[in-house]
Amino acid sequence: MSLPRVNAVVIGAGAGGGVVAKELSEAGLRVALLERGRWYTANDCRKDDLRNQRTSVLGNNSGPDDERNPRVFVDRDANRHVVLPSEGGYSNNAACVGGGTLTYGAMAWRYQPKDFRMRSTYGALEGSTLDDWPISYDDLAPYYEKAEYEIGVSGDVRNDPFKGPRARPLPMPPLSPTREYEILKPAARRLGLHPFDLPMLRNSVPYNGRPPCMRCRWCVGFVCEVDAKCGTHNTVIPRALATGLCDLRLGCMVKEILTTEQGKITGVSYFDAHNHLQEQPADLVIISGAAIESARLLLNSKSKLFPNGLGNRFDWVGRNLQGHAYSGATGLFDFDTYDDVGPGANIAICDYNHGNPGLRGGAMLANEFIRLPFQAVDMPPHGVRWGKAHKDFMRKAYRRTIKIMGPTQEMPVFDSRVQLDPTVRDFWGMPVAQLSGYQHPHTLEIAAVMAAKAEAWLKEAGATQTWRSVPGNGISGGQHQAGTCRMGSDPKTSVVDPWCRVHDTDNLYVIDGSVHVTNGGFNPVLTILANAYRTSAHLAQSWKGKV
Amino acid sequence: MSKRSALTRRRFLQVAATAAASSALVSCGRHAGPWRFFTPNEARTIEALCEQIIPADQDPGATWAGTIYYIDSQLVGHFRKLQSAYRRGTAAFDAACHSAHGQPFAALAFDQQTDFLNQLPSSLQPFFDMVITHTMQGFYGDARHNGNRDAVSWRMLGIPVIPIRGRDHYEFPRKG
Repeated sequence: MSLPRVNAVVIGAGAGGGVVAKELSEAGLRVALLERGRWYTANDCRKDDLRNQRTSVLGNNSGPDDERNPRVFVDRDANRHVVLPSEGGYSNNAACVGGGTLTYGAMAWRYQPKDFRMRSTYGALEGSTLDDWPISYDDLAPYYEKAEYEIGVSGDVRNDPFKGPRARPLPMPPLSPTREYEILKPAARRLGLHPFDLPMLRNSVPYNGRPPCMRCRWCVGFVCEVDAKCGTHNTVIPRALATGLCDLRLGCMVKEILTTEQGKITGVSYFDAHNHLQEQPADLVIISGAAIESARLLLNSKSKLFPNGLGNRFDWVGRNLQGHAYSGATGLFDFDTYDDVGPGANIAICDYNHGNPGLRGGAMLANEFIRLPFQAVDMPPHGVRWGKAHKDFMRKAYRRTIKIMGPTQEMPVFDSRVQLDPTVRDFWGMPVAQLSGYQHPHTLEIAAVMAAKAEAWLKEAGATQTWRSVPGNGISGGQHQAGTCRMGSDPKTSVVDPWCRVHDTDNLYVIDGSVHVTNGGFNPVLTILANAYRTSAHLAQSWKGKV
Repeated sequence: MSKRSALTRRRFLQVAATAAASSALVSCGRHAGPWRFFTPNEARTIEALCEQIIPADQDPGATWAGTIYYIDSQLVGHFRKLQSAYRRGTAAFDAACHSAHGQPFAALAFDQQTDFLNQLPSSLQPFFDMVITHTMQGFYGDARHNGNRDAVSWRMLGIPVIPIRGRDHYEFPRKG
């Protein structure tokens, strides 16, 4: 049975889908916004150190649920593991209105101009699909600004000399400094670096009708208690609903994209909140399920004309899965560095994103979010794991450490990928995502250098003891997952065109982190939001041309 | 630092005195149950292990914090699939201790227990690692899960303790 036709069906109410739903419904299109999760609000805030999106030893707090959503993770020795959303290896982001933006740490980075031109800047790299984006920083700049103003960003990037050109300052000032900030800033200056107040999608003053941050320590991984964290759930999605043209449907798991025998996209079929199969006809279909689930949906949408899944004629769907190879260092001081003022991360340098001799890129470095006590139990170096020595270390060090981390830009690998698992099915009977692959050795080389830079900064700040954290050689993904539906002009080496339309189709789009060619040395969310604004502006314009 | 510890110690003594007066503690300081998952013998072993992992000193340890309650209740909840790892692991652990010392682990003196753990047969290491992980979760995690009584670890670290917010039925494990 078929539902009344809509102009656009948007799959996934996260960063990408939330923006698309708002832009299209404000342009007059009738939109069905399908979300498999629930809508949590500030009232659902549970500050539980063991059950949140970052530390999920007792489960996660914003989906997906463990009961219905397994995946398969293939390790470096080719062993298959069935993994659940709250377990390691799953690469979970979230499943809820707002997606990852509900609980993220909310760093609001623009990529740098060179991040869109990695191949031109550094040349080809063996074993990597490193390439340029088909669009430039300048194409995205106006939409970065739109995201900063509509969703809301605080910070002060005027002292970052490495940033791309900007037309306007950020709409909100930074939060007041913390003790870590006061310790790290002069140290960075002494090293000749350029520290500044990093941009955050978080209210520092009343903005968009919501209050400023209350500076608690439960930030990244948690729903904000006072609704000061800005995501699509409390900005663009309410605006989409206010048009009266956007129908948000919760608990809806999309089964496949529907096509005619001639290859025309006609809509989607999905299981509704009561697990009844529904058919939603639509003029446009926009997939915004994040890199793993978007690729899975394309692969699961098979037909006579598309036997290997939609957009997959040249076997690029699901390839180049990437996130960030996080690396950095922890420093122990002989004075208190902890002041219990959240969210923690507030000072950054971009001195090492590019221009490192012999390296293709690098990372932004910033102090970490507040480490909750359980997140610090693995901190002691030298294998002290239990007993009085461990307790002594916790007592001595918990308030006296600073951690600096950075998201090293990954060299994309063709064999790091999302595939359909041949045997494991989800609750609805659909083949689940199977994740496999590895890090390019050069990524690990860069990450090791970034860890050393972080360590040097901590030493200059007065750390008496330091130790580095470097990534392993397994795939990343998680909340920064990207790359699986690459944007490009050549259908043989990409999945979507520069407007994010799937090659070989007229009316199917992927608008989320999947389309990133490379993922920057930065948290990717502002780029996902900006690209969603850019592509939906184009969609709305061509729609008006049609009518 | 010293001021904070003094406060914690005073509070510890107050609460411990109250608890002892209400005879919630057995004479040796261990908890008597009832347990959702553990047998009384298993509970004695696990609680002794927890106390080895986070011993009492100037601040309370895992026994006082009730960390075993966290593990016990999660074993009929989120850790349900670890039930056999605990059942078999505890049995193997006590058997190894028995053959080495002629007594179950909980009956050994504290320092003897420490020595046994420092020379643990490698076959028992995964079990001990699992207990370490869960003890750390219970003791340093949120007090709502009953392994960090009175937020004692947060007081030890000198960080503010706020009321537990948003607790609802979702937080509690199902009945075993």
